[in-house]
Amino acid sequence: MIRGWTAVYLRELFILRRRLTKLVPSWSVSPLLYLIAFGCAVGKHMDVGGHSYLEFLLPGLVAMSSMTQAFAIASEINIARFYWHIFDEFQAAPISHLAYVMGEVAAGMTRALLAGLVILILGACFGVVLSYTPLFWLAFLLNSLIFASLAVGCAMHVKSHADQALVTNFVITPMAFLGGTFFPLARLPLWGQKILGLLPLTHASHAIRAAAFAEPPSPPDYLVLAGVGTACFLFAFLSVDRAKS
Amino acid sequence: MIEICDLAKRFGARPALEGVSFRVGGGEIYAYLGPNGAGKTTTIRILTGLTRRDAGSVRLNGHDIEREPLQCKAQFGLVPQHTNLDAELTVEENLVIHGRLHHMAPADIRRRTDELLDYLEMGDRLRTVVKGLSGGLKRRLLIARALLHGPKILFLDEPSVGLDPAIRRSLWGFIKRIKNDGTTIFLTTHYIEEAEFLAERVAFLDHGRIVAEETPANLMAAIGDWAVDYLDESRLQTAYFRSRTEAGDYVLKRASGCTVRRVNLEDAFLSMTGRKIA
Repeated sequence: MIRGWTAVYLRELFILRRRLTKLVPSWSVSPLLYLIAFGCAVGKHMDVGGHSYLEFLLPGLVAMSSMTQAFAIASEINIARFYWHIFDEFQAAPISHLAYVMGEVAAGMTRALLAGLVILILGACFGVVLSYTPLFWLAFLLNSLIFASLAVGCAMHVKSHADQALVTNFVITPMAFLGGTFFPLARLPLWGQKILGLLPLTHASHAIRAAAFAEPPSPPDYLVLAGVGTACFLFAFLSVDRAKS
Repeated sequence: MIEICDLAKRFGARPALEGVSFRVGGGEIYAYLGPNGAGKTTTIRILTGLTRRDAGSVRLNGHDIEREPLQCKAQFGLVPQHTNLDAELTVEENLVIHGRLHHMAPADIRRRTDELLDYLEMGDRLRTVVKGLSGGLKRRLLIARALLHGPKILFLDEPSVGLDPAIRRSLWGFIKRIKNDGTTIFLTTHYIEEAEFLAERVAFLDHGRIVAEETPANLMAAIGDWAVDYLDESRLQTAYFRSRTEAGDYVLKRASGCTVRRVNLEDAFLSMTGRKIA
């Protein structure tokens, strides 16, 4: 059933390896700017729940990065599908849709993991070292599972690379700023908290931040992430057939 | 063996294939000949599971493409019309990925890679990044990739398009050698000489329908052995004759501007459909 998923994953790893020297600097630029601008300048004397703003910001950036970099696999799939026609090579091979989705989702999660590590290293350079427990990584992986799966599903539905950019502009970018990454949601009115509580990134930020601060975990966050992750993976699996003409 | 029955496909209101049926025996080279837009690539895409059909059935070596897609896909290798290699990766990486997609053991991938690249005279290109290869080498790599897992059926969609005549000839020799190994070959082309040289049977496809299916010799014999091209009110016309003597007599009757030549598959297609292939 899942035989052959490693071939899809391996292809993405080969591409990743070839581009790594360009990707690592590009993964560093935005977090570095946020750390300097919001962490060191704007939030220098700010205290958030007993932590410096830099400490508050770093888990948020990790959550945001796990989302954006996992979702970036959609661009790779689109390039492979629309420009190089490599999707046809996968479709003509004796592998199931499930194996294809697993390979691409694992590739998206790997990208997210590497980008997350870059942020943690940058944070260490700014003197921020938090508690990176298994629960921290579990929340991180569940969040990247959600957005890598969503990326694969979207990539199967879009008709061009430009359509994919629309999804990024209208879904991913707003979520990146509103999902509890840069500010505590508790400071918003209750209705705002309720709306933003619907975003999976809000739960990821909350779970990652709680684990990083060695606070007791909130099981509902993990359940929401696991549930949404399963639903998104199912969406990706059911979408592969749509990409056929 | 390839068995197709009543295949139909529409793109919106436009029919791409209508009632297409044929059977290709094991170890046979079968050419699918038609002008651009006739439905050749659509047929190959349906046979390889890349495009959904609207009606009809497709069986490859006894396996139905809808009900047993994975068993079907294990049977064939595909050389697509447009290069779909990973341009950023090396020759070796492209072949490794293909081998893994076909569940080959790493040692088998290495062995077949060495065999095929030597066979295709590109053994020294193993670590070359694909975007650095010439068009001819990319075409050869596509063939190596399609053959890596030892398929019983090979689909070649316009395999020699864009190749210079010398490379095209060497490719034809290679295709003959693959056939001699027992591989069934389904070939689409709009190059007349390619179909004449390679195919044991030819199907003429026009506007999504098969209008004739025979050996090249029989298709050509149906209209004659000799052709005379002549200008009639500035339009090129062709007349067909059983013997060279008859063709010669016809030339003598016309004033000038005649050319006598052997009949080819293009003539057979033209006489059946009223239009040219290329």
